[in-house]
Amino acid sequence: MTLVDTRTPDPKRLIAGATGDWEIIIGMEVHAQVTSQSKLFSGASTSFGAEPNANVSLVDAAMPGMLPVINQECVRQAVRTGLGLKAEINKKSVFDRKNYFYPDLPQGYQISQFKQPIVGEGTVQVAVGPDKKGEYEEVEVGIERLHLEQDAGKSMHDQHPTMSYVDLNRSGVALMEIVSKPDMRSADEAKAYLTKLRQILRYLGTCDGNMDEGSMRADVNVSVRRPGADFGTRCEIKNVNSIRFVGQAIEYEARRQIAILEDGGSIDQETRLFDPGKGETRSMRSKEEAHDYRYFPDPDLLPLEFDDAFIEELAAGLPELPDDKRSRFMAEGLTAYDASVLVSEKAIADYFEQVVEGRDAKTAANWVINDLLGALNKAGQTIDETPVSPDQLGAIIDLIKEGTISGKIAKELFEIVWSEGGDPARVVEERGMKQVTDTGAIEAEVDAVIAANPDKVEQAREKPNLAGWFVGQVMKATGGKANPQAVQALVRQKLGIED
Amino acid sequence: MSVDTATVKRVAKLARIRVSDDEAAHLEGELNAILGFVEQLSQVDIEGVEPMTSVTEMAMKKRQDAVTDGGKAADITANAPNSEDNFFLVPKVVE
Repeated sequence: MTLVDTRTPDPKRLIAGATGDWEIIIGMEVHAQVTSQSKLFSGASTSFGAEPNANVSLVDAAMPGMLPVINQECVRQAVRTGLGLKAEINKKSVFDRKNYFYPDLPQGYQISQFKQPIVGEGTVQVAVGPDKKGEYEEVEVGIERLHLEQDAGKSMHDQHPTMSYVDLNRSGVALMEIVSKPDMRSADEAKAYLTKLRQILRYLGTCDGNMDEGSMRADVNVSVRRPGADFGTRCEIKNVNSIRFVGQAIEYEARRQIAILEDGGSIDQETRLFDPGKGETRSMRSKEEAHDYRYFPDPDLLPLEFDDAFIEELAAGLPELPDDKRSRFMAEGLTAYDASVLVSEKAIADYFEQVVEGRDAKTAANWVINDLLGALNKAGQTIDETPVSPDQLGAIIDLIKEGTISGKIAKELFEIVWSEGGDPARVVEERGMKQVTDTGAIEAEVDAVIAANPDKVEQAREKPNLAGWFVGQVMKATGGKANPQAVQALVRQKLGIED
Repeated sequence: MSVDTATVKRVAKLARIRVSDDEAAHLEGELNAILGFVEQLSQVDIEGVEPMTSVTEMAMKKRQDAVTDGGKAADITANAPNSEDNFFLVPKVVE
């Protein structure tokens, strides 16, 4: 792979060292578990958390004479992901053997794709931010390739003083290795890229993106250089399993490399591990011997070939992706911030789309973001667990629009629906929460407040802003049920304030 | 192309095959003889010829995505020199 620098050094991303500024260069290899029922080359289940070695076929255990047969759904998922990454799809790709020995790799090789991957170059638009003004900076991160490969099994080292336990349930599960170009220049950009990539995979339904279950893991390549200079020597930080850790690992690793270089040393190209407990990276000494994977085409597998019609059919079935959805929401009148929050998860966007149907976009967005997501966040629940359905929230918004309840009462109504459920219109009816729009009743309250506060009436003639105080008093006296616009108009009229 | 003794020993190590110095010297000769035969292939003009991946014109066989296997952990570990609770047990390997 030829490394091409697509970015111009940006002063605000540089790190100050003792001897001047440094620029961080980051590239990522993300392993994403393909969402499928069975494994890439066997009919064993991919389900998480099964009993040890329960999801293992003789193929996965590499018993002699077993032959791999590819799962066509995994091929479809890889192509769909490629399309989602706006990438070139290779109608012919080849599976190779990557040879190495490790107890959780019973074949002695991993079936992967080396020279001819299924997906070639693509791009991901990454929004970094929001900053204090709620604005985002768009960064384009290039995709070098995506290829299909087998996952290895899992070793546990803490069960026995002298032995490691090996479970092959993951052995043979399909992974997509998604390799970015070295286009990221800060830990924030790297985190935003990983977040965006996960979002795309989740929208496509090609990977569940659950990093804590290991279905998405990142290898992060980090190097530093003087701004605008040639790329420096990189270190690869293996298997970082959360977005936050990716940020921490990069920050630590960049500082470590800068310290070495500023002391006149040089960086050894090596593989390192991130220790979340210490927030440090350390060298993986056991891998000191240079890798020599001796790739060669797997003689058990013919080249993977398909035609344009296959790709077109998959392209036609793709869902609307986050970028398109975000643009559409903005075209419908939402701010970049609101649109970004709503598309952050497909389930949130789906919820919003149900609420906004036939209603004002901005109002619906405010309710979903501030009230619903706020309440979910406070309760530690996800959108899938929401006690308030889109129909219920929509009904609350309609009640405000019709003038049946005030905005303030609507918040109370939301809380009632959240904790007790029910049809919002009926709750309003049963609990007497209706807004008083009867001008006579409001007028009586206004008159009462004016009569009780002659001094304030006098002041208000000098300072019309005091009208707000009267409005507040009337609202209080009516338990918040008076229509605030009607009160406002009456107060101004009675105090003789000109508009 | 030819190999020296050091290359023979490195390849053997990568393949986890123990090779003594005597054997390495002998293997060096054998491997170089094989490489010599293979070398002759480079005399063939293959300009514009696609690499052949199969002797028959056929596409790769594909499976439907269905769970058809598994649930036999005891069988899977039956031949293992050491196992416990259906885990394979191997001499400790730690990163």
